[in-house]
Amino acid sequence: MSSRTKLIAAMLAFAPLASLAALPSYAPVTDARLASPESQNWLSYRGNYSGWGYSPLKQITSDNVGKLTLAWSYATGMKEGHQSPPIVNNGYMYISTPNNQVIAFEAATGKELWRYQKSIPEELMQLHPTNRGVALYGDRLYLATTDANLVALDARTGAELWVKPVADWRKGYYMTLAPLAAKGKIMVGSSGGEYGIRGFIAAFDAETGAEAWRTYTIPAPGEPGGETWPGDTYKHGGGSVWITGNYDPSTGIAYWGVGNAGPWMPDTRAGDNLYANSTLALDVDTGKLKGYHQYHFNDAWDWDEVSAPLLIDVDHGGRKVKSLVHAGRNGYLWMLERSDGPIGFVDAWPYVTQNVFKSIDKKTGRPTYDPSHTPGTHKTVTFCPSLWGGKDWPPEAYNPQTGLLYIPANNNLCSELTGEPTKYSAGELYIGVALDNILTNVRMGEPARKHVGEVQAWDLKTGKKVWTHTYPEMNWGPLLTTGGNLVFGGGTNDRKFRAFDASTGQVLWEYPASSGVTGVPSSFEVDGEQYIAVQAGWGVDAQRMQGAFDAVLPHKTVVPQGGTVMVFKLAR
Amino acid sequence: MHRSDSPHPDSPPCASRREALRLCGGALAGLASGLCTPAFANDDPAGARPQAGDRLVLADGEGQRAPLRLADIEAGAKPLMALPLDAASGTVRDGSRLNKLLLLRLDPASLEPSAARNAADGVVAFSAVCTHQGCNITEFSTEKGLLLCFCHFSQFRPAAGGERVAGPAPRRLPMLPLKLEGDVLVVADGFTSRPGATL
Repeated sequence: MSSRTKLIAAMLAFAPLASLAALPSYAPVTDARLASPESQNWLSYRGNYSGWGYSPLKQITSDNVGKLTLAWSYATGMKEGHQSPPIVNNGYMYISTPNNQVIAFEAATGKELWRYQKSIPEELMQLHPTNRGVALYGDRLYLATTDANLVALDARTGAELWVKPVADWRKGYYMTLAPLAAKGKIMVGSSGGEYGIRGFIAAFDAETGAEAWRTYTIPAPGEPGGETWPGDTYKHGGGSVWITGNYDPSTGIAYWGVGNAGPWMPDTRAGDNLYANSTLALDVDTGKLKGYHQYHFNDAWDWDEVSAPLLIDVDHGGRKVKSLVHAGRNGYLWMLERSDGPIGFVDAWPYVTQNVFKSIDKKTGRPTYDPSHTPGTHKTVTFCPSLWGGKDWPPEAYNPQTGLLYIPANNNLCSELTGEPTKYSAGELYIGVALDNILTNVRMGEPARKHVGEVQAWDLKTGKKVWTHTYPEMNWGPLLTTGGNLVFGGGTNDRKFRAFDASTGQVLWEYPASSGVTGVPSSFEVDGEQYIAVQAGWGVDAQRMQGAFDAVLPHKTVVPQGGTVMVFKLAR
Repeated sequence: MHRSDSPHPDSPPCASRREALRLCGGALAGLASGLCTPAFANDDPAGARPQAGDRLVLADGEGQRAPLRLADIEAGAKPLMALPLDAASGTVRDGSRLNKLLLLRLDPASLEPSAARNAADGVVAFSAVCTHQGCNITEFSTEKGLLLCFCHFSQFRPAAGGERVAGPAPRRLPMLPLKLEGDVLVVADGFTSRPGATL
């Protein structure tokens, strides 16, 4: 090695340490901290194990949010969907981007500390080129990748500690979710429902990466629920898991959402198709299934119920309910009840236009269907909400100060689908609907031409909607709510990131970003100053829906791509 | 910047030593190593990219597959999925999904020069892998004469040499030049550009 090379190597080796000089030493992330996160931090995907998307910080309020200004921004160098929250631990910030990239920053200044990118197999196809965030645990950071690996990094330096294969990407398995960390385990699930995978949730030892357990979301014959799949259909039955589960430390149970059954046409797999379109209660120690609730059986509409329910203790119907709340892709807002095992049904009501369910059983929550709105092979029907549902993956938020649940919804939108026969081939699309049909599936009546996107606020005690803000077109904006009586969200094709009065829904502030904002927002505090952070970066399903709108509307909308981290604070 | 470069059991091999060197050049070798297993592993003809003299066979065939002839490609029909066949060893090059090909027979008069120079009596061959995120291209609109990618809806015009006409793909589909030996379709040269995603 030449002396010049040695010098460069030495500079690189010490660069991370030098850049940490202004930061406190890294504080390991423990189970106790994750269970009761400090208000100044945002330690996990939704800020707490309950999935609230809530920060108690209240320096930025509904009175002063108009003075919010950009503190710093940073171009990630990537296109496509930037969806991960900026995760913050005592001044260290971490974001992930498409193409399996993680960037660490000094949260208050935007100074880059390190950057990591896992190489991508040359032959990989990325149906959803995105990543929805990292998990922090101990002094490590965990990343789930689109080539279905789990990666452990040193959170201080970005050094790669281990890479563990989780599933075979050649067969269509890929991961986009932020891992869930609890009780010494790192838990992930796999996408790939459109490729005929058999979904699962798996846990890995946080220290060694050794697999601790794997629970399939689609049971085999002989297992409970296996009788709901005819023949070998369970082998390619979908049930993907692509959003982080929530967790109740008091019971050691994590709650995960499960995607749609595959292929799309229900007559290809007659039966209830457990546990597709369900919430699962899994013992974090063992992976044992402790309970479940299937929102709708024998799915026909591509309605993944993959968002994990929020854990909210609420007074409802004259009693205290330890609830699980889920704004379903099927257009109903569900209130379930958690326990040390089984999941009970409490109530459900439509929050967007829905023409498929004819009734909901008051005891079990099981719906009945209108066959004229249920697709099938060689059958063409329209149905509402659209195949993207009343709410797709963008998470709801719950504010314990207002007692309101906030939903990023798409209302008034319908789809038309025609089922076609399909044949499984490993790694190939396995849907049973022609691509041209998917491209042109959107059906927009007069209400949809007036507005589609909404931010809704619901009082869970009464089951009543308190306010609605409407957008002319779609909303793909994950929500953040804060102790300052605020709700933040983007998601529109005008690239705006907005702040709402959490009590009234009034728009108080908005900022035109460089791209559409489909990132999960977060809030944190450094040296007594509160910040709001989010990534701009339009792509993936928001872009797909835009394409479908362009196909039926008289105008076309171009939303530029390219990721930017934005961090805001109050102007002095 | 840390980068995971270690070969992974799930990582695919590079196409071939010769192609990797041609595509990457010395200065970009490090980048290429981030995209595939840096072992130049494919002296195996099944994984090597198509080469001049290769024949073509149907991708979904089994056993001994007969080289495709001009008459096997129906004019105006939807594209056939095909693979190259190493004529010397009789090996179907199915060791890499980046070898998947789409075969179409178009009216020779409709071909623009970029397509005509690589066509054999109207038969054109394209990489079946989208240049955006590497998804398989499976759909063809006979009405519009466009190939369509299901992942993100990029569209390509075969008659214009695979030119991108819509969607997020940043570049055209690579063509595989063809010629006729008698009535047998034969590969005339390697891909016109690197097949696969543009990262």
